[in-house]
Amino acid sequence: MKMYLNSIFADPERTARLVDIAKTSLRPLLEGAVMNTIPLTIISFIIGLILAVLTALARISHVKFFQIIARIYVSAIRGTPLLVQLFIIFYGLPNIGVTIDPFISAVIGFSLSVGAYASEIIRAAILSIPKGQWEAGYSIGMSYTQALKRIILPQAARVSLPPLSNSFISLVKDTSLASVVLVTEMFRRAQEITAANYEFLLVYSEAALIYWVICFFLSVIQGFMERRLDRYV
Amino acid sequence: MVDFSCSSDFNLLQGSFTMISIKGLYKQFGQLEVLKGINLEVKKGQVIVVIGPSGSGKTTMLRCLNVLETPTKGVISIEGQSLDFSKSVSKKSVASFRRLTGMVFQNYNLFPHKTALENVMEGPVIVKGEDKTAVRKKAQALLEKVGIGDKIDYYPAQLSGGQQQRVGIARALAMEPEVMLFDEPTSALDPELVGEVLKVMKDLALEGMTMIVVTHEMRFAREAADEVIFMDGGVVVERNKPEEIFTHPKEERTRKFLNMIQ
Repeated sequence: MKMYLNSIFADPERTARLVDIAKTSLRPLLEGAVMNTIPLTIISFIIGLILAVLTALARISHVKFFQIIARIYVSAIRGTPLLVQLFIIFYGLPNIGVTIDPFISAVIGFSLSVGAYASEIIRAAILSIPKGQWEAGYSIGMSYTQALKRIILPQAARVSLPPLSNSFISLVKDTSLASVVLVTEMFRRAQEITAANYEFLLVYSEAALIYWVICFFLSVIQGFMERRLDRYV
Repeated sequence: MVDFSCSSDFNLLQGSFTMISIKGLYKQFGQLEVLKGINLEVKKGQVIVVIGPSGSGKTTMLRCLNVLETPTKGVISIEGQSLDFSKSVSKKSVASFRRLTGMVFQNYNLFPHKTALENVMEGPVIVKGEDKTAVRKKAQALLEKVGIGDKIDYYPAQLSGGQQQRVGIARALAMEPEVMLFDEPTSALDPELVGEVLKVMKDLALEGMTMIVVTHEMRFAREAADEVIFMDGGVVVERNKPEEIFTHPKEERTRKFLNMIQ
């Protein structure tokens, strides 16, 4: 550490070089974030949430078949590393003639992952809403779908917002795994930059800082949304 | 024959045709048989108070009328529509059957994420698909009627128990049911708030609403009920006018129960 700092500040030429690298890497890093990291996160999370709601509903349904399918899905995704899943999708599937674009592969992998983990959050949230709420909906003539959509899910959303925000923030960082399936998201950009200049500490730290800033903004948004949803309690 | 048709016409003119008829109603939860053959007829406009010890099946019977519980067997008819639970009943027939009854819950069960007004509007707008502006007016009028016209934009958490329960009544009335079912509507309330809810119920009774009320409020039974039903062990033990049942109960079990609570 001391040596590194010494090497920077003792040598004005090196300092200038590092400042220059920091400046010139900022643009490609941000590009990677804006073009890939952020879209990858948002698209995967939206698809994942839809999967999660469907899976949660399958888990609490009375139809055994749906329950079993949902259980197997959640178990398989939670029981295997995300990295391995991404490798299977991107490097494995071509062996059976299925070749998928890197970005799409990553979206599939992350969506499946979010779907499995978030389904448990949503299932717990739905089950936490008192049975009387369903009954009140039914008593004014609502169907299952109407009660679910109008009464149960809005309340479950409030309950599940903090843990879902957690998943979302995790996903922002997990997208760095997409670098191994050749998606040029922020971390892959960082790797490309360091391949040319060997300034690993500087460039990776810079990337880390950008992840941190993104996640900080997301937690600010989370706080705002929680206050909004809490207004009636 | 002639006599029979005359008397039935006479009944019709009196407005006393049968609104609810329950025949051979059984309900089992696993091994536990909660209702053991309930037979009951209620005429249009009657107010029936159901009393009985806990576990007697009175709440279950009420919930069967709203099909929140599916009876094991038996036939329930309300205003000519029947459900025979010995056969399987379709979701659609249950949904249309539920519209005949309005349910008021012990714990109010208001929708916490909706204002008082939205709670009342929800059924007509979402279930019946009625026009929002018209429903808003109707809902406002209903909330006014139950005495909370000044709090229509409050969320349930901002209302007292008595106010919440009155919203609950307005919500059920908004669906324009033929029958109102009350499941211990004042049991969760602080004593000083019971009166305001009972007053709304009495007004409703005076307007001629057919009502079945499960309650421990004996004063309400005396003042508002046409008849009182005493249930015990999953059957109707005794049914009579309130003054009769309270002063001269015929059955030993009724007498014991009334002695315990009075």
